[in-house]
Amino acid sequence: MQLYTYDGTFEGLLTLLFEAYERKVWPTNIEAEQTAQPALFGQTIAVVTDNDKAARVWKGLQQRLSATALKQLYHTYLWEQPGFEMVIYQFIKLAFDSNENIEGNYTAPCVLQVQQAAKQVHREKHRMEAFVRFQQTTDGLYYAHISPDFNVLPLIVSHFTKRYADQRWAVYDSNRQYGIYYDLSTTRFITFDAAPRKGRGELPAHAKTTAEDAYQKLWQVYFDNVNIPERKNPKLHQRHIPKRYWKYLSEKQPRLLQ
Amino acid sequence: MNERVIEKLSILADAAKYDVSCSSSGGKRKNHNKGLGNAEGMGICHSYTEDGRCVSLLKILLTNHCIFDCAYCVTRKSNDIKRAAFTVQEVVDLTINFYRRNYIEGLFLSSGIFSNADYTMERLVRVAKKLRQEHKFNGYIHLKTIPGASEELIKEAGLYADRLSVNIELPSEKSLIALAPEKNYSEILLPMNNIKEQLVQAKEEKKLFKSAKDFAPAGQSTQLIVGASSENDQQILQLSNDLYKNYSLKRVYYSGYVPISTDNRLPIISEPPIIRENRIYQADWLMRFYGFDVKEILDEHNPNLDLDIDPKLSWALRNRHFFPVELNTADYEMILRVPGIGVKSAKKIVSARRFASLNYEHLKQMGVVLKRAKYFITCNHKSLQPYDFDSQRIRNKILFGDGAVRSPLLTQQLDLFRQVG
Repeated sequence: MQLYTYDGTFEGLLTLLFEAYERKVWPTNIEAEQTAQPALFGQTIAVVTDNDKAARVWKGLQQRLSATALKQLYHTYLWEQPGFEMVIYQFIKLAFDSNENIEGNYTAPCVLQVQQAAKQVHREKHRMEAFVRFQQTTDGLYYAHISPDFNVLPLIVSHFTKRYADQRWAVYDSNRQYGIYYDLSTTRFITFDAAPRKGRGELPAHAKTTAEDAYQKLWQVYFDNVNIPERKNPKLHQRHIPKRYWKYLSEKQPRLLQ
Repeated sequence: MNERVIEKLSILADAAKYDVSCSSSGGKRKNHNKGLGNAEGMGICHSYTEDGRCVSLLKILLTNHCIFDCAYCVTRKSNDIKRAAFTVQEVVDLTINFYRRNYIEGLFLSSGIFSNADYTMERLVRVAKKLRQEHKFNGYIHLKTIPGASEELIKEAGLYADRLSVNIELPSEKSLIALAPEKNYSEILLPMNNIKEQLVQAKEEKKLFKSAKDFAPAGQSTQLIVGASSENDQQILQLSNDLYKNYSLKRVYYSGYVPISTDNRLPIISEPPIIRENRIYQADWLMRFYGFDVKEILDEHNPNLDLDIDPKLSWALRNRHFFPVELNTADYEMILRVPGIGVKSAKKIVSARRFASLNYEHLKQMGVVLKRAKYFITCNHKSLQPYDFDSQRIRNKILFGDGAVRSPLLTQQLDLFRQVG
C-alpha cells in the first residue's frame, strides 16, 4: 500500500506524478490531504505542489498526446468522482511508458475511463450552458444559480463570455460555493462572504426588476403553447431534462399569475 | 408587460408549433462586435416540450392571418380561429429579452400570408435586419421564405438569417394540388433553387475575398408532412434523397400529421403517426451518416418501412450474405452497418484494434449493443451465437427477447419440473 496525498489542485496532482517518477514509488491510492485518512499500513507521501514540476509533466504530456486528450484529462480532474486521481495517474503513466500515442487504446481500462469521465463532464457542461436561467436584478446584473454534478464552472466561462459580451452577468455554484462574474471587460472567479443558499436561487422580490417577472411569465406562456398535447410523451421529456434540472427552469415552476 | 402581448404570444406560438424544425446548429456567426449573442458551433436545446421536442428557438408566426386555404394547416383561412399579429418591435423585444435570460438560441420566424407574399416577406426581413443592425444581435435567426416572394427579398433575408427554409409539406405534386390549391411545386422549388445558388455563390466569393458577405451560413432546410396524404415511405425518402443531392439541403424534417382539421380533403386518423415518423427519421440518418443509398433502404418490394424494427436491422435481415462481419478486420463502412453498432462505437473499434485484438468484453465496454449485434458479428472468428438462425428467428429474438421463443405455458411447465426435481 502506498498512499500519496496532494492539495486537491490539478497542479498538485501533476506534481505528484513527477515525484512518483522521481522516487520510483508508485501510488496505490491518492487522496486530497483535506479528506485523507492516515494509512493503516505503510507510509504516506505528502506531496507539496510545485508549479515547475507540474509544468514539466504537462509539457511531457503535450509531446505525447493531442489537445483533445489533454482536455479530457483535465475534465477527468473536474469530474471529482471517487478514485479519479488514480485514473489520471494510470492514464499519465501509460502515456509516458508507451512508445506510441495511447489515446485510441480503448482496450486499456484507464483510457476508456478517462474518455467516459470526460464525456460525463462534457455533458454536464453542455447542460449548464442550456438549462441555466438568468434573472435580471434591479442594478442590471443577470444572475444565475446552479449546483452541477461536476465542477464545470471553469468550462463554461468562455461560452458565456462570448455570448453575453454586452451585459453584466454572474453564475454561482452553490455546491462548491464559488462563482464566475463578468463585468463587461473580463470574467473572474468570485466568492461571497455570506454564501447564498442552495436550491433554485430565486431572487427576492426587492432585488428583481418588474420586467423580470413579466418575461418569466411570457416564457411560461410560450412553453405551454409550443407543446402538442396529441404527442404527449412524459418519458421522453424526462430523458431529455432529468428531474434534477427542473429546479433551474422557470417553465417547470408553478404558473405565475398575471 | 401588457395582456395583449401574452395573448398574441399564446396564439402565434401555438400556430407555429407544427413546424418541427428547431435546430440552432451550423451557424458561424461570432460575437464580433461586442454585441449580444454568439451562434458559432453547436446548437443548444434550452428546454424540451412535454412531447419531448427540443426548444431551442423562439418559434412564432408574425401573424396567423392567411389568404391561403391549405387543408392540413391550422392557419388556413377557412378555419374559424382567433387571429393575431405581432408588430416588428414586439418580436424584437421578445427575442432579445428571452436571449438575455438564456431561454433561447435565437428566433425562428414564419408567417401566414397576409396581403401578398412580398408584403409578408418584407416584414420578416425587417425583424431580422433590426435585430442584427440596431441590437447587434449575433444569435441564431431562422427565417421561413414565403412561397412566391421575390428573389431580391430572399437574397436580403439570407444576409441577416443563419438559415432559410421553404416548406414543401406535401411529398407529391398530386397531393399538393388536392390539399393546397393556392400553392404549386414550381413556386416552392424555385426559391429553394434560388437559395441554393446564392449559397454556392457566397461560398465561392468567400474563397476569393475574406470580406465577402455570408449568406445563410447554416444552409437551408424543409419539412414534409407524413400521413396527411397517400405517399408511401419510398416516395418520401426518394424525395428527401433528391432534395439532399440536388438542392444541397442541410436537413429535411418530417412532421407526423396531427389531426388538427376536420377538412374532408384529409384522411381521418385518430392520432399522429409517431412511430412511422420516427422510422423515417432513422432512414434519413442512414442516408446521411451511415452511407446507405436510398435504394438499399426501400424498394418496390418493400415500399414501406417496418414499424416494429429499425431500418438498419431491417436491411441487415434482408442482406444476411454480408454477415457475419469480423470486427478485428472489417472496414469501418461495414462495421457501421452492423445493427447495435453506432458511429461512436464503430470509430472506437477501428481505433482500439490497432493496439490489441478485440474481444467481446472490449466491445461491451465501448458501448456495442451485443443483444442486437451478436447475430451479425464475430470477434477473432468466435461468435456468441452458435446457431445459424434464419432472419425471421433473429427478428423474433430481438423483438421479444431470448425467452420468448418458448411459449409462456412451456416456461411455466419447465419451472414446475425444476421445482419437483
